[in-house]
Order: sequence, then structure tokens, then C-alpha cells
Amino acid sequence: MKHDILLINPQDNVGVALDDIPRGGKARISTGERVEAVDDIPYSHKMALEDIRAGEPVRKYGEEIGRAQTDIPRGSWVHTHNLKTGEQ
Amino acid sequence: MAGHTFRGFVRPDGSVGIRNHIAVIPTVSCAAGVAANIARAVPRAVPLMHGHGCGRALEIAMHHQVLAGLGRNPNVAAALVVGLGCETIQASAVAGEIAKTGKPCEFLVIQEQGGSGKTTEKGIEIVRRFQKEAQALRCSECPMSRIVLGLECGGSDAFSGITANPAVGLVSDWLVGCGGTVVLTETTEMIGTEHILSRRAASPEVAARVEQIISQARRRTHDILGPLASCVIAPGNMDGGLSSIREKSLGCIVKGGGTTVTQVVDYGQAPAKKGLVIMDGPGYDMESLAGLAAAGCQLIVFTTGRGTPAGFPLVPVIKVASTGRLYDLMEDDMDINAGGVLEGGSLEDIAHDLKTFAMTVMNGERTRAERNDQNGVLCIAAMTPAF
Repeated sequence: MKHDILLINPQDNVGVALDDIPRGGKARISTGERVEAVDDIPYSHKMALEDIRAGEPVRKYGEEIGRAQTDIPRGSWVHTHNLKTGEQ
Repeated sequence: MAGHTFRGFVRPDGSVGIRNHIAVIPTVSCAAGVAANIARAVPRAVPLMHGHGCGRALEIAMHHQVLAGLGRNPNVAAALVVGLGCETIQASAVAGEIAKTGKPCEFLVIQEQGGSGKTTEKGIEIVRRFQKEAQALRCSECPMSRIVLGLECGGSDAFSGITANPAVGLVSDWLVGCGGTVVLTETTEMIGTEHILSRRAASPEVAARVEQIISQARRRTHDILGPLASCVIAPGNMDGGLSSIREKSLGCIVKGGGTTVTQVVDYGQAPAKKGLVIMDGPGYDMESLAGLAAAGCQLIVFTTGRGTPAGFPLVPVIKVASTGRLYDLMEDDMDINAGGVLEGGSLEDIAHDLKTFAMTVMNGERTRAERNDQNGVLCIAAMTPAF
């Protein structure tokens, strides 16, 4: 069945939205799980697949892409507003 | 897994070709017309048309290495080098490098042979002889560990980093697991991943080299482009859900999979190690392909989002489309559709398709680029203007 969120690497704690997912929508993850979106997740953006505490690493491609700036609950939109990348 | 084999042409130096080409290599573009005329007269002879060989200083050693490397590529059964005579990169030296592999290699110099007509005539004679010898060669069963796979992405789109590239990464991990070699290049597209790639390096020396080539690419891009650098480092800007340059670059380097970086080589230099090797080189697809071929890759996997027909004269290039839309639009040029990931398929499914197809290509099946004769002028990297 078609999924809405792609988990690229099994170690990742964020997935990529393959569609616009409205807040409250039950997103189908490529692993078969369902996660309720707590924010609007724009198409091709990232959604947290587990609770990520402030300061913890955010992982995509099996690698750390930055640290959570705030507590990020499962189902949240993850982008520059809550992800500290330490880059220009 | 390690039991997979393919039928290849074992060369005298022990390398294994998956094609059996006769290369006709001009040392300088002034000799390219003669090289083309020679190759045209003999079926399956391949002219390597390029625009270099003279007029530069800093690139001499690199271009010499690239031309010799193309002749040494395992897909080449025999090579004829055609020089003009007064150029910087001399035919005798290039041919000498190629001959060290033990494969048949000769050279002709136009100014010594008495012009283009006589050189062409003599060249055709030599290439016909090479062709007969090459046709007599038989394939034998070879382990997957003899494969050196080059990786390339070009005309990327927002999906390249989530469909095609991660699927290719799984195939890279598989090949490394079989004892083979994977060459990841395009240093510009690694900017931001210095610490990740260096942490995965086999030794502190390799880690230092990784950091050095990436910081050099970053510096060069900023020096030349100033405020426009970000357009090259992060093409298509950072939106589309990418939060940093690192995340964008991860979408490119994921092609190489997740294994240890065993070595860093210069542009066009053959790896001495197995496993995942990084080749320093530009992000420009066509220069990248030439560097990978010169480094000895027998096969190249090329992911694309916007679509490109490009191939390479000596090396089969497998095209992986990032979406079903591109696959349908340019089906004649695409070998694999990674867009299934967006329709409920898994990355593992795409990786399986790619691996299966790659093995048929190793056994002689022609890629779209080969069938479409996408063997135009080859581009070799250069950093300075000609004198």
C-alpha cells in the first residue's frame, strides 16, 4: 500500500513526507506503522517518528543532521525552527 | 552473497573487463579527427574524443594520467594512441603507461607518419589487427570482487536524495560486502559532510584527506563565486524540506552506502584499495564520468531527476530515474525507475531491480546509453585557462 512517510534508514528518527499531511492526519509510514501528524507536514519535509528531546540528535540517512532545539514530539514537523544544524 | 559471479574478460594485469573495446586515443584534440577516422573504419573501435593534451601547465600530469587511465580501463582490450607530435602530452609516454598493463598498445605520431592520410591508413591496419585479437578473447567466470563501480548523480531533483540515491546506496553496500570497490566522487556535493565521511574513514590519514578535499572544494567554490556559492553548493535552494547543506549533501553521498571509506584518490587515479573509495573531482557530470572511467570503473550507475541521455564511450552507464514521471518521460534513456518508492514500493525493491540489472549489464546486456550510442566528446576536468 502507498505510504505517506518514507523512512530512509532504519536508524532515523525522522521520515520524509511523500504528500502534504494535514495536522491530525494518520500518516502511513513505510515501515507499516501509523503516526498522527501533530503539525501540518509539507510535502518533502520531515516528520518526527519518535519523541526527540531538546539537545538530542535528529537522524536522517542514518546520520545526525542536527540537534533538536526544543522537545519535538512524535508526529511534529521538523525543520529549521526546531532543528539546530550548526551550519551557515 | 559473495558467491555472485559475472562473465568478464580477464586482462593480462588481472583486471576484468565487462566490455571488449578497442580504444583509439588522441593525445591532443589536434589528432582527434585522425583518431575518429581510424575508429570509424573498424566496427566497435571507440574513439575517445576530447579537447585537451596541450596548452596547459598545471593539468599536464593529471591529463596524462587520465588519458593513460582510459587506455588501462579493464573494458579496453587494446589501445591505439594517436599523437600529433609537438603537443605537451606525448603519445609514446601515454602508450608506455598503457602497455604496462600487458594489453596490446601501440602509438602513431601524425607529424612522423607524414600526415593524416598515412596515419589513418596505418592506424586502421593496427586497429583491425587489435580487433581480430580481441575477438579471439573468451570470457570467464569472475567474482563480484573484481568490479569497480563508479557513482554519479546529475540533473538531481527533490526526489534524487530520497528514492534513487538511497537505493543505489544499498547496492553499494552489497557490492562492498562482496569484496568489490565503489567509487564515490563529486566533491562539491560532499560539502557539509566532512565530519561524517571522515568519521567513517579507515585511518586518520584517510580522514585528513577527506576533510582536506572537501574544505578545498568549499573554498574554491566561495573564492570563484562569492555570494553565488550557495547556488552551486545547494542547488535548487534549501527549501523542499532540506534544513541544511549537510542534509542536502547527505542525499548525494548516500549513493556510496554506509561502509568505511578506505581510500581517497585524485581525479582519474585508480584505487589501490577495495571497499568504498572517494575520488576528488568536480560535480559536473561529464567530467565526473571521464574521471571514473580513467580510475578503472568498468560500470557506472548514474542517478538523475531531471533526466540526461549521457553515457560514456568505454563504460556502460546505468541510468536510475528518481521518479516514475521522469522514467515515463524519457523511457528511452532510463534503465531503472526508482519512483516506485513514492508509490508504496520499498528502497530494497528498487535496489534489488538495480542489482539484478547491473549483473545482466556485467554479462553483456547493453544499457540504454549504450544502445542509444551516447558516446560523444568526453570532458576532462581542468582548473586553469589554456595558454
